[in-house]
Amino acid sequence: MSTETLQPATQSTPVPAPSAVTSIKGADLFVACLEREGVDVIFAYPGGASMEIHQSLTRSSRIRTILPRHEQGCGFMAHGYARATGKAGVCMATSGPGATNLVTCIADAIMDSTPMIAITGQVKQEFIGKSAFQETDVFGITLPIVKHSYLILKIEDIPRIVKEAFYIAQSGRPGPVVLDLPKDVQQATISGEALERAMAAEMDIPGYSPLPKATDEELLAILDECARATRPVIYSGGGIITGDAQDELKEFAELTGFPVTTTLMGLGGFEEDHPQSLRWFGMHGCVAGNWAVCESSLLLTFGARFDDRITGAIAKFAPEATVAHIDIDKSEHHKNKVVQYPVHSDVKYALGRLNELIKERGFQKPDISDWTGKTNGWMEQYPFEFEDSPHIQPQFAIQTLYEETKGEAIITTGVGQHQMWAAQFYKFHQPRSFLSSLGLGTMGFGLPAALGAKVAKPDRIVVDIDGDGSFMMNVQELATAIMEKIPVKILLLNNQHLGMVVQWEDILYEGVRAQTILGHPDNLGGPEKIDSLYPNWPQIAEGFGVACKRVWKKEDLRAAIREMVDHDGPYLLDVVVPFTEHVMPFIPAGLSAKEILIKSNPGAK
Amino acid sequence: MRHTLSVLVENKFGVLARVAGMFSGRGFNIDTLNVAPTHDPKYSRITATVKGDSQQLDQCIKQLHKLIDVLEVSDLGQGQFASRELILLKVAGDGGKRSEIVQICDIFRAKIIDVSQRSVIIELTGNQEKVDAFLQMIEPFGIKAMARTGIAALERNRKLEL
Repeated sequence: MSTETLQPATQSTPVPAPSAVTSIKGADLFVACLEREGVDVIFAYPGGASMEIHQSLTRSSRIRTILPRHEQGCGFMAHGYARATGKAGVCMATSGPGATNLVTCIADAIMDSTPMIAITGQVKQEFIGKSAFQETDVFGITLPIVKHSYLILKIEDIPRIVKEAFYIAQSGRPGPVVLDLPKDVQQATISGEALERAMAAEMDIPGYSPLPKATDEELLAILDECARATRPVIYSGGGIITGDAQDELKEFAELTGFPVTTTLMGLGGFEEDHPQSLRWFGMHGCVAGNWAVCESSLLLTFGARFDDRITGAIAKFAPEATVAHIDIDKSEHHKNKVVQYPVHSDVKYALGRLNELIKERGFQKPDISDWTGKTNGWMEQYPFEFEDSPHIQPQFAIQTLYEETKGEAIITTGVGQHQMWAAQFYKFHQPRSFLSSLGLGTMGFGLPAALGAKVAKPDRIVVDIDGDGSFMMNVQELATAIMEKIPVKILLLNNQHLGMVVQWEDILYEGVRAQTILGHPDNLGGPEKIDSLYPNWPQIAEGFGVACKRVWKKEDLRAAIREMVDHDGPYLLDVVVPFTEHVMPFIPAGLSAKEILIKSNPGAK
Repeated sequence: MRHTLSVLVENKFGVLARVAGMFSGRGFNIDTLNVAPTHDPKYSRITATVKGDSQQLDQCIKQLHKLIDVLEVSDLGQGQFASRELILLKVAGDGGKRSEIVQICDIFRAKIIDVSQRSVIIELTGNQEKVDAFLQMIEPFGIKAMARTGIAALERNRKLEL
């Protein structure tokens, strides 16, 4: 969205420390304040209303500026960075279309509680409200989808606002904060005492208190329930990961002996091959996890929000359970599910204190061997599985990737069948390893998120498991991978369809295809018709300068994945898979876990 | 059921939009709304009356608490608060009718603050019942225009109406 010719970046003098100079520009002050917050990378697409800040960034020795190829790319790179590290991801776009292209990423961040700072250039204040070129009311547009937002009207407010923005984005339940910065503020100057006062300004947010703590009374009441529980289950969510509470969760689980099932947001918060793990539950989750929650007598919910994709029909969700719900966000209590023990607390504190109380008070583990016998039986009887095929099944490709990366990769995904299979057939053993758009469900998330994660964690292997529909939505970021030298891998499960919608068409709409075919409708490509595949991904990759291989024979798959993993640089592996696979198990929307479909029974194909 | 919410907020631009958006985004209609700075100009008090079931409203209040600019939210229960509303009415009142209007105003302790050949402007302050009763009495004369502030309310420490 650049409106003015941009000069090639030249490395000139670094941004001076603000207090040491007599006069400083707003843009330089802004960048100095980002540095003060410890920002080491910003994903930013320039334009007329933000180029002043880009100019300042060329003078920063501490901040790496990464140029995406679309503003949505920079937003999701910031997501990937934030989800991989827990630190706020920072992205920036110009006013108008640059800013509106960030809106989806901001909505995604509020849904998945991702700490994010979204900076937008704004037209000069004299033009605000005049329908000026590239003017939009970003503050207004983003109001319902931000944790907080600022329109910065005075240069002297910059240091305080930047400090507040990072604090708000990263503390409590994290979320996105928008900073809208008019160009005249970027170009204004400040000096001397006014500058010193501005830099020294304290945060002023009297209405914000981010760290609630459970009382011992609340926790002891829960422990009483635990002591007499017959069919207990721990339901742990993304809060365990954002709250850095995985160790406390593990200790609590082992002290009580209760089975644990997580949400997709909570993947990696509890080791999936731990003997007490029932993997993850929800619409496409594990049968054992779903049934255990459904039949539980005591449900301990830690940092999760009873999302409809988890609960199905809410009236039939854990109908016999006494429910305890520990969450840092009070508005989650009773929002979807009315519970008996709502506890407003930081989950790390609450679990840590529970563990202390267990040890202090001589807590007696209840005998739940009948129950765990049952849940473990379900685990054995109903693992995630798929039927063998002469072709490469998408699940098989992910399983092979899991084996070849020893389960140590950071996985990002788009949205759809491949996303669910990634969660089913890649097991997660550590937090911040499964990065996916789960609340908003944004296709196109995978590639830019992988780039952001790889920048944050250069020593981890980062693989975007993607579908051909989702991948197309931000495919332009292949250029970023090359130009910024970010060696991410893409395992593309290419089935020539929008697979998840196709699956719903099969089950609910008698297989009528309504705009769900991505290839040639009359000459559909597939594992048996390689020449008809559309588009030609290897050619596209070649155009971007990205190494690529296409694989469609089962016997070639493992070597191809090995080659992708070992390749020194970005790599696209185009895996041609049949489109006829359904993600199973499946609890159709509005039904309960009792009505879970375990085996595929497709309709017309 | 009708609820009266009292919300203490920072006196900054955009705060009212955030609060209003919290209601509109959940399909709540705000019946009355009153906003003004408090004795400390850093803060404003918003008094809003809304109708809705209690669980939905409970959710709204928690969401309001989540807004960074909001300091306090109270759902003022029946009898636990003093409330007043100010209304301005332009009423047709020529000739003989005017003295009748003046009499009604006296009874309600309303004031006539402007008068012309054909109409008068009346100011009345009171709680909801008083305002409703007054409007009922004055309606037959012909209300030409009306402006109301919406309810302003404060929690009381004792339950006696003065």
